[in-house]
Amino acid sequence: MQDWRRDKRAFGVLILPPSAWLVLFFTLPLAIVWVYSFGERGPLGQTLLALSFDNYGRAVEWINLSIILKSVWIAAVTTAICLVLGFPLAMGIAFAPARYKNLLLLLVILPFWTNLLIRTYAWIAVLRTKGYLNFALEWVHERIGAVLSLLGLPDLLGPFEPLLLLYNQPAVIIGLVYVNLPFLVLPVYATLEKLDKSYLEASLDLGAGQWRTLFSVTAPLAFPGIFTGLLLVFILALGTFLTPDLLGGPRSIMIGNLIAQQFGPARDWPFGSALSFLLMYATFVFLWIKAAVARQGGGVSY
Amino acid sequence: MTDIAAKPAVAAAPRRRRAQITPLEYTRRRWLQIVLLANFFFLYFPIVALVAFSFNDSKRNITWQGFTLKYYRQAYENAALHEAFTNSMIIAATSTLVSTALGTMLGVALHRYRFPGKGAFDGWIHLPIVIPEICMGVAMLAFFAAVNIQLGLFTVTVSHIAFSIPFVAVVIRARMSGFDEALEEASRDLGADRWQTFWNVTFPYLLPGVVAGALLALTLSLDDFVITFFTSGPGSTTFPVKIYSMVRFSVTPEVNAASTVLIVLTLTLTVTAMVIQSRSTRKMTARG
Amino acid sequence: MGNGKTIISIRQVTKRFGPVVAVDDASLDIAAGEFFALLGPSGCGKTTLLRMLAGFENPTEGDIIIDGKAMDGVDPNWRPVNMVFQSYAVFPHMTVARNVGYGLRVTGVRTEEIRDRVRDALALVKMEGYEERMPDQLSGGQRQRVALARALIKRPKVLLLDEPLSALDAKLREAMRLELVRLQQSVGITFVIVTHDQDEALSMANRIAVMDQGKVRQIAPPAELYEFPNSRFVAGFIGKMNLFAGRVVGVTGGRVQLEVRGLDRIAVPHAGPASGEIGIAIRPEKIRIDRDAPADGRISLRGRVTEVAYYGDESHVFLENATGVTITANVPNEARTTTPSIAIGDELWLSWEPADTLVLTT
Repeated sequence: MQDWRRDKRAFGVLILPPSAWLVLFFTLPLAIVWVYSFGERGPLGQTLLALSFDNYGRAVEWINLSIILKSVWIAAVTTAICLVLGFPLAMGIAFAPARYKNLLLLLVILPFWTNLLIRTYAWIAVLRTKGYLNFALEWVHERIGAVLSLLGLPDLLGPFEPLLLLYNQPAVIIGLVYVNLPFLVLPVYATLEKLDKSYLEASLDLGAGQWRTLFSVTAPLAFPGIFTGLLLVFILALGTFLTPDLLGGPRSIMIGNLIAQQFGPARDWPFGSALSFLLMYATFVFLWIKAAVARQGGGVSY
Repeated sequence: MTDIAAKPAVAAAPRRRRAQITPLEYTRRRWLQIVLLANFFFLYFPIVALVAFSFNDSKRNITWQGFTLKYYRQAYENAALHEAFTNSMIIAATSTLVSTALGTMLGVALHRYRFPGKGAFDGWIHLPIVIPEICMGVAMLAFFAAVNIQLGLFTVTVSHIAFSIPFVAVVIRARMSGFDEALEEASRDLGADRWQTFWNVTFPYLLPGVVAGALLALTLSLDDFVITFFTSGPGSTTFPVKIYSMVRFSVTPEVNAASTVLIVLTLTLTVTAMVIQSRSTRKMTARG
Repeated sequence: MGNGKTIISIRQVTKRFGPVVAVDDASLDIAAGEFFALLGPSGCGKTTLLRMLAGFENPTEGDIIIDGKAMDGVDPNWRPVNMVFQSYAVFPHMTVARNVGYGLRVTGVRTEEIRDRVRDALALVKMEGYEERMPDQLSGGQRQRVALARALIKRPKVLLLDEPLSALDAKLREAMRLELVRLQQSVGITFVIVTHDQDEALSMANRIAVMDQGKVRQIAPPAELYEFPNSRFVAGFIGKMNLFAGRVVGVTGGRVQLEVRGLDRIAVPHAGPASGEIGIAIRPEKIRIDRDAPADGRISLRGRVTEVAYYGDESHVFLENATGVTITANVPNEARTTTPSIAIGDELWLSWEPADTLVLTT
């Protein structure tokens, strides 16, 4: 690595065009939104420049705050489920025989390469009233009913009531877990993979059982990867727009949808800008936490 | 004299046993295998069902009624879908070219030079990767409205380029980190000037990274929904956005057919990128 | 030394990893209280054998019996053995005290008892006072002691050590060698170490098993291994030797006559059969160099000095004889002088006792 002064021309040629692009078509737009967040909504829905914190204030009004809190809740539940599903998956891949590891990893990542939109709406066919899940449940229901009548017992189950699994919170959570699972599996897998297996063997050798070893040795040593994964999933789930839009109902809209509404039918750009920046600040806070934890944990050599 | 271990008095044939599971071979345990299988079923069923459904000769039923390609024909004959597809191609091609060029320059600059404020600059560069897409989408919308540019192919392309540059830069930087600077020094020592060294020594090494970055930019552009949604106007709909509006209407096999096409397209591109990357690493280590 | 009772019995153990045979029909017995070494070049299967004792690999064929009980299907945490890993595997996220007490904590020992036993264990390895340190604050040698304390606190019947000295620098290695022997004698349990370093094995162990490509070649106390190797491999692996090709021309009453290229006809004592083409060898320190002809009865030849390598306490002298065969002899530098007594080009006599000759039929 050399000092930029030694090669000013080359440095300038390389760094200025992309920087200019990003300033013009990324930073400037964000700055405009930031300015708008202090603005006011005019009578015709246009944006008037002002210096008011009203928009931020409105964000904590209950009707909006409830949406924000619900988003946090949904994101948290999604993260928890991803951990429960994803950690065994990561363990399974990390401890698989070498020739299967890459294949398994590929299998986990492959769905991730398909379009987010497609991956999300695929669940509509599964979760709707006449979808795959209810179809399977109905089949089970009929089989049980057939067995019961065969045994001469009365029909205890009654007619089949399909589960209402779409356009509500569970649907959004399922969709979010589905889309974000790889983001937990990959960092956890990477950390487990690099872990010196001798630690686990030492724990077993000293008399600890498998579960004790998992909680006392494996999980603490894999913590950096686990934490990264959890944070990543949480941030992505918090800022999601498409999943609640397609799979959620009116009572499960999240921050992303609220923002989109302000720039759409509601035509309240200042408020939308304020919300947008609140979401960004939250994202930055979590990223900062991640960096801080990473720096602290970095002292321990693995 | 020499103590050779005596064979046991009972000269029984040594016992053969089927390979027992060692303590750390977790993946060989039945319950974990079941968990893995369940997970993979969860991951693949919706997509597989979607693709299968596109061949199903039935509009709404989820039971199999027969194999048909009519929905693909329908999708193919759908003029609006066609236009959306063409738009996607144009935007993706342009975005890839520009963002790969700019991203490569950025990646090389970040790898090679030390400069004041590099830490902050680095953070700033990575912002488009990190912020929620909805935030960037509405920001672009506000920007174009403020400078009075009509939403269309141009606005979409410009936005795509903006969010693709950092991704390409990351790929290039990763590639450059494996580069042995001594090769450049040797080239200069043998008489080549800076440009010649770059084109004859650095760029050939960089090329697989550039290709990988380009494929990544291409995929990102083809696949993007949220940002495109906010920056596209009528007449500049892209493929994913069109599928979205069809989905909002109702989920029909035609939508599935269109989606399957998109899936196949992105998968092919990503697999190609992977193959190129692995082949180039092999060549590098062989030459190395 | 051993007290006679066999604590580990390895019976015809074979371990295959796919087509690769890591351990090939190995059998050996280890006595309680012994310091036993598995010695061999890398890839000879010694580490695999050790891991099978610990329970981290399972034999493909054969049985392992520890303290009278078959270990087939027994998990590592249930075996009366404990292991010190090559990387020490001291848990980086726990203090020294929590590391050492780990094995007791997971088996439900009372906290007060753990505290006392941890203190004693640390005293045993001379790490008193280090209870609250974190592993990243310790040197490699200190971490090894923590690993030792952690294993010994469990009072295992057998302690397994995987290349215990390989990660230490030379000076520390010498000190730790004596420490480990002292430790083993004071604790009184069986130690089994794996090493590729013959100096380590020779200086520490009561008995050594030399392994090569999965097979156990010879099991013997160090001196016997050195002076009476049973094969060319063992003779070459342990210490240095001058090897000659010889042909047996007769066997009479405990002595065998050989035609050796470079030595003409010699007769050396050898029990057991010998015929055909065999190897004979003489260790460099057994050769005496004189300016005058040696006494009768010794095997002798003339040679011209081609090189002298000076090592301070001794010199290795390379001599070439009339037929072009090179022989190395070790000469101690007994007198304090800077003038070398042997110079390149000198014509000297080499000689050794016939009984010192190694007859290597395999």
